[in-house]
Amino acid sequence: MSTYLQESEPLKYRESDLKSEEMIINVGPQHPATHGVLRLEVVSDGEIVKDVVPHVGYLHRCFEKHAESLAYNQVIPYTDRMDYVAAMNNEWAFVMGVERMLEIHQELPKRVEYIRVLVAELNRLASHFVAIGTYGLDIGAITPFLWMMRDREHILRMLEWASGARMLYNYIWVGGLFYDLPVGFEEQSREFVEYLKPKLKEVETLLISNKVFIERTANVGILPLDLAINYGITGPMLRASGLKFDLRKIDKYSVYPELDFDVPIGKGEMGAIGDCWDRNWVRYQECLQSVKIIEQCVERLLGEYKRTKEFDPRVMVPKKIRPKAQDLYVRAENPKGELGFFFRADGRSDQPFRCKARGPSFSNLSVLAEISKGCMLSDLFAIVGSLDLLMGEVDR
Amino acid sequence: MKLSQIKELVLSEYPNSIVGEDENASPAALLVKPQFIFQICELLQSNEKTYFDQLSCLSGLDNGEEAGTMEVIYNLYCIPYDLHLMLKVELDRKHPSIDSVMDIWKTADWHEREAYDLFGIHFNKHKDLRRILLPNDWEGFPLRKDYVEQERYHDVKVKY
Repeated sequence: MSTYLQESEPLKYRESDLKSEEMIINVGPQHPATHGVLRLEVVSDGEIVKDVVPHVGYLHRCFEKHAESLAYNQVIPYTDRMDYVAAMNNEWAFVMGVERMLEIHQELPKRVEYIRVLVAELNRLASHFVAIGTYGLDIGAITPFLWMMRDREHILRMLEWASGARMLYNYIWVGGLFYDLPVGFEEQSREFVEYLKPKLKEVETLLISNKVFIERTANVGILPLDLAINYGITGPMLRASGLKFDLRKIDKYSVYPELDFDVPIGKGEMGAIGDCWDRNWVRYQECLQSVKIIEQCVERLLGEYKRTKEFDPRVMVPKKIRPKAQDLYVRAENPKGELGFFFRADGRSDQPFRCKARGPSFSNLSVLAEISKGCMLSDLFAIVGSLDLLMGEVDR
Repeated sequence: MKLSQIKELVLSEYPNSIVGEDENASPAALLVKPQFIFQICELLQSNEKTYFDQLSCLSGLDNGEEAGTMEVIYNLYCIPYDLHLMLKVELDRKHPSIDSVMDIWKTADWHEREAYDLFGIHFNKHKDLRRILLPNDWEGFPLRKDYVEQERYHDVKVKY
C-alpha cells in the first residue's frame, strides 16, 4: 500500500533534501485539526516548522467537468456542495452570474432580493459559528464549540423550514427563489436574533477575550497586507490584515447599498495586525454585523416588501436559460472570501461551455507555507484553524 | 481608466502585443499574444495608473479538437482604483505552453498548477509545477473536451 501512496501523492521533499536534524512529519488527511481532508507535509527541525507543503485534492468531485454537461439550473445543487457550510452564499454567487448573463439581474422583485440577503446572512452566521467554534476546538477549548453548534442548529432548522434541506438548499434559483418564505419566518428570524445577541456576548467573554485564547493566538501567524494581496487572500483574512475591503460594499450588488452595516478590520489589539487573534476577532465582529443586516431585512420584509397574495418568487424564472455567447466573471462576498465564477457561454446550448469556480479557501490555503515558516509545531494548528478552510471548496 | 486607455498603455510599451479586444465580455477583455503575457502583466501590475495588484482568477479553457486551440484567461483586479480587466491568451492545442506569472502574483502558483493538472497547459518558469487536485499518476487531463477516463486506476474500476 505504501508504494501506491508514493506513486499517487508523492512527497515534495526527498530525504536527500533534508539536513541531518530535519524530519518530515505527515499530518492528515484524516486528522481532526485539518478540518476535513487536508494533508500537510511538515518539514520540521525539532519543534520548529521549516516548511509546510499542503497536499489537496482528496475531496475533488469534478465540479467543473460536471457543470459542462448540465443545464445552468441543474448546476446549482453542485455549487451547494462546494462550501457546504455556507451553501446559500455559494448558490447566490452562481445564480448572480447566470442572471447577469441573461441580463435580468436588475429586474428582480425587491422582496426576492431581501429574502436572498436574509438567508445568505443567516448562512454567513452559521459559517462563522463553525469557524469560531472549531477554532476554539483546535486549540483546546471545547465549550465554545458546543455552544456555537447549538446556535448554528437554530439557523439550520430555520433554513430547513424554508427550503426543505438542512445544509444543501437549492433554494435560490436563477431569476428568483424556490418558494416564498414560510409564513412566520420573518418573525422567527427576529426572535432568533433577539435570542442570539446575549449568546454572542457570552462567546466573547468565553473565547475571544479569554486570556488563554489570546496567549495562544496573538502574534501567531502574522499575515502582512502586501503579502495577503499578492496571494489573492480575500474575505475576513484580508480584512484582518487591515484592509477595509468587502465586496458587499465595493461591488454594491443586490440590495446591500440600502442596508446599513460596517466592515470590521483587524487592528492588532492583542498583538500585531493580521495575527490569528485578529482573524478570529474579525469573524466575530462580522457576526454582529450580520445580525444587524438580518434585523433590517426582517423589518423591510414585514413592512415595505411584505408578503402579498400576488407575490410570485418565480415570476422572473426563465423558461429556458440560454445566455448569448459571452465571457463573464462574477464575484461575491462569501463568508470565507471572494467566491468567483468564470463562465463562457457559447450561445448555442443550455450548458456552460466552461464554468470555473474560484474558491476563496483555495487561495487562502496557499499562503499557509509563507506564514507558518519558523513557527512552533503546536502553533501550526492555530494557524491552520485561523484560515477557516473548507476542503469542499478547495478541492471542488 | 477605460479599456482603450489600458490598451494604449500596453501598446506604447509593447507594440504588436495585442491581437484584439472583446467589449462584450464582462469585465472587458484584451486578447494578448502569448509570448508577451509576462511583460504585459508586469507592466499592468507595476504601472501606477493601472496597478492591478490582485489576480482574482486564472482559468484554463479548451476549445476542442476542431478549433485546435486552448485559452488561458486572467481576471485582474485593482484594489485602489476599482478596475477590472480580463486578459485572454490563445494557445496551440498540440503544445499548450505559456510563461508563468507566478513571480508577479503568488495567486498564480496554485491556479497555474490547477490549469496544468486539468488541461495539461504547461507554464514555463513555474517553480513547482506538480499536479494539485488529481493524483500524480492519473492519466490524461480531464477538462479537455476529448477526455476519456482511464479504465482502471490502481486496480480500481474508474467507470461506474
